[in-house]
Amino acid sequence: MAKMTVITERCKGCGLCTAACPKKIVALQKEKRNKKGYFYAECTDQSACISCAMCATMCPDCAIVIEK
Amino acid sequence: MERNLMKGNEALAEAAIRAGCKCFFGYPITPQTELAAYMAKRMHKAGGVFLQAESEIAAINMVLGAASTGVRAMTSSSSPGISLKSEGVSYIAGSDLPAVIINVERGGPGLGGIQPSQADYWQATKALGHGDFQLLVYAPASVQEMVDYVVKAFDRADKYRMPAMILADGLLGQMMEPVTFPEINPEAYDKSGWAANGHKMKREHHIINSLYLKPDELENSILERYKKYDIIKETETEAELYLTEDCDILVCAFGATARVVKSAVNDARAQGIKAGLFRPKTLWPFPVKEINEAAKNAKKLLSVEMSMGQMIDDIKLAINCSKPVEFFGRTGGVIPSPAEVLGEIKRMGGAL
Amino acid sequence: MAVVFERPKSLIDVPTHYCPGCTHGIVHRILCEVIDEMGIEGDTIGVCPVGCSVMAYDYFNCDMIEAAHGRAPAVATGVKRTNPDKFVFTYQGDGDLAAIGTAETVHVATRGENIVVIFINNTIYGMTGGQMAPTTLPGQVTQTTPFGRSPELAGYPVKVCEMLSQLTGTAYAERVAVDSVPHIKAAKKAIRKAFENQKAGKGFSIVEVLSTCPTNWGLAPLDAIKRLQDEMIPYYPLGVYKDVEEGVFPKTEGGNE
Repeated sequence: MAKMTVITERCKGCGLCTAACPKKIVALQKEKRNKKGYFYAECTDQSACISCAMCATMCPDCAIVIEK
Repeated sequence: MERNLMKGNEALAEAAIRAGCKCFFGYPITPQTELAAYMAKRMHKAGGVFLQAESEIAAINMVLGAASTGVRAMTSSSSPGISLKSEGVSYIAGSDLPAVIINVERGGPGLGGIQPSQADYWQATKALGHGDFQLLVYAPASVQEMVDYVVKAFDRADKYRMPAMILADGLLGQMMEPVTFPEINPEAYDKSGWAANGHKMKREHHIINSLYLKPDELENSILERYKKYDIIKETETEAELYLTEDCDILVCAFGATARVVKSAVNDARAQGIKAGLFRPKTLWPFPVKEINEAAKNAKKLLSVEMSMGQMIDDIKLAINCSKPVEFFGRTGGVIPSPAEVLGEIKRMGGAL
Repeated sequence: MAVVFERPKSLIDVPTHYCPGCTHGIVHRILCEVIDEMGIEGDTIGVCPVGCSVMAYDYFNCDMIEAAHGRAPAVATGVKRTNPDKFVFTYQGDGDLAAIGTAETVHVATRGENIVVIFINNTIYGMTGGQMAPTTLPGQVTQTTPFGRSPELAGYPVKVCEMLSQLTGTAYAERVAVDSVPHIKAAKKAIRKAFENQKAGKGFSIVEVLSTCPTNWGLAPLDAIKRLQDEMIPYYPLGVYKDVEEGVFPKTEGGNE
C-alpha cells in the first residue's frame, strides 16, 4: 500500500506538488495552517497513491516522504 | 648555515617556502614580480602550488580557499594590487583565517610610480578593508629581516588565526644582500578543530564564514577577535632603539628609511648633536611601550617617512602628544638622503 | 512498507530560508542526492558565495566555505589545488557568476580547474530584492529595469554555457532546468556526471540550472514554473554545450583545438 506523508511544519504551501501528481490526489488543504501560517499540502486519497514520488520530486523543501 | 646573496623579492619567496608555505597565488606588478617568478620556479619542486591568478582579487580569494583547509598560503603584490585585495583580506580576517600577504610598496595614489614608498602605512595599519579588524604588520629593513619576518608572519598568523602582512617597499624588494635561512621546522599548529578539508564522516562539518546576520552574533565574533588583538598588543610588539638613552632628538622611521636615518643619526652624533633612532619592526601592533622608553629623555621627536606623513599619527598617539613631533618626508618614490635628514635634525637641534 | 523517497542525508534536516516555491530547494536536494549516492560527503568541500544561497552552509552537511560575491571559483581553486583528492563544488547565482564574478568564471574554466560549478540562473538578483541580473531577459521588468530591460540601455543577457563551451579548459557544460519531474531527473544526471568528471580528473564542469524566483518575479510558484517554461527555456535552450568525453563541441571552426 503506497503512502504519501507531508511533514506539515516544512511545507510552505507553494503548491508545486499539487500540479505534479499524476493521480491528482495532492492538494493544499484550506483548514489547518502550520506554525508558519502556511496551508500545507495533503494527499486527498492515500489509496490512489501509486508512490511515484513525483510530488516529492517537485517539493523544494523535502516536506514529502513516500513509502511503498 | 650558508650565506646567500639574494634579491629581496626572491628572499621573501624562499623564506616562505622554507616556512612551510604550501601555495602561492600571485599576479604580476612592479616592483614585486620577481617574487612570483621565483615561486613559479621553486614552489613546484618544493611540493607546493604556484598559480598566477587572473587578478589580485582572484589571488587573495585563492589564498582564502587554501587557508580555509588549513594550508599555509601566501600572496604578494604592490600598493594598487593590495587595494584590490582589501575585500578579500577583510573576509580572511572575518573568517579567522591565517594568511600571509606581502606588499612591496610603490608610489601612489592611483597608478603612481614604481619607486619605493611607505604611503600604504595607513592602509596596512588602519583599514586595509571594511569593518573592525586588524592584521599583523611587519616592517623589515633588510633582506635578512624580510626572511625572518616571513617566517614569523606564518607562525603568528597560524597562532592567532589572522592575516599577517609584510610591509616592504620597492627598495628592499629590489636590492640584494646576503641572507642566511634559519633551520625552520614550521611548528604545526593543530587546525583540525576548524579546517574545512573534508570531515571524512568523522566529525561535524566545519564552516568557514564571516556572515552573521544577527547583530549580536556578529558583535560577539568581533569581540572575540579583539580579545586576541589585546593579547597581541601586549606581547608581539618589536622595535629597535638606537642611541636613544640620552638622545635630545628622537628620529622615528621604519623599513628602508630607517637605514637612511641611522646614517644621519651617526653624522649628527659626530657633530655633537644627541640624536637617536626609534625603528618599529611591528607597525601593528605599534610598539607603544618601546617608543615611550625611547622618547623618555628626548625633547623633540621627528618622524621621517617616504610619504606625506602617516606613522606620525601613531607616534603622537603613543606618547599622548606629550612632546612635539615634527615630520620630514619625501614621497612619490623619492628616497630621502641622509644629508636631508641631518639637515632636519640640525634645524630642530638648533632651537635647543 | 519501505521508504522510497526522503531527504538525502547530506542535506541537513532544517527548514530553509528560501521563499515558498523557490526551486533552489530542489537543486539543493538533487545535489545532496548525488553526494550521498557517490558516498563523498566526507570528502567534499562546498563554496557558497553571496546570494540567496550564501547560507547554504547551514544546509549542506559537507565542509563549507562562504565566499565573497563573485569569488567562489577563485576560493574553490585555492581549495582544489591544495586538496586535489577532495571533491570541490561552487553553488552560485547568475549575478555572482556572470556579473561581478565573470573574470573568475572565465578563468576557472579556461584553466580547466577540476571542480564542479552549480550555476543557478533565475534571471534576477534574488537576495537583494529583484534587480536586473546579467541573465535578465530583454523586456523583463525588475527593480532596476522598471520599464523592462532594454538592450540598448542595459545590454543583452549572458549565455553562460554557450560562452564557456568555447574555452578549451571546459570539459563539460550543460544547461538543465528544474521546472518538471523529467527535467529534475535530467538535472540530477548532469550533476552526477559533473562530479564523475571531477573524480576522473576531466577538468572544468558546469551545470547551469534554470530556476525560478517567485517572489521577485511577482508570480505565484506555479506561474513562475510556467514562466520558466514559456520564456526562459526558449531563450536559454537546454542541452549539452560541451562534453569532451562524448565529443560534443561548440559550433566553432576549429572545434576544440
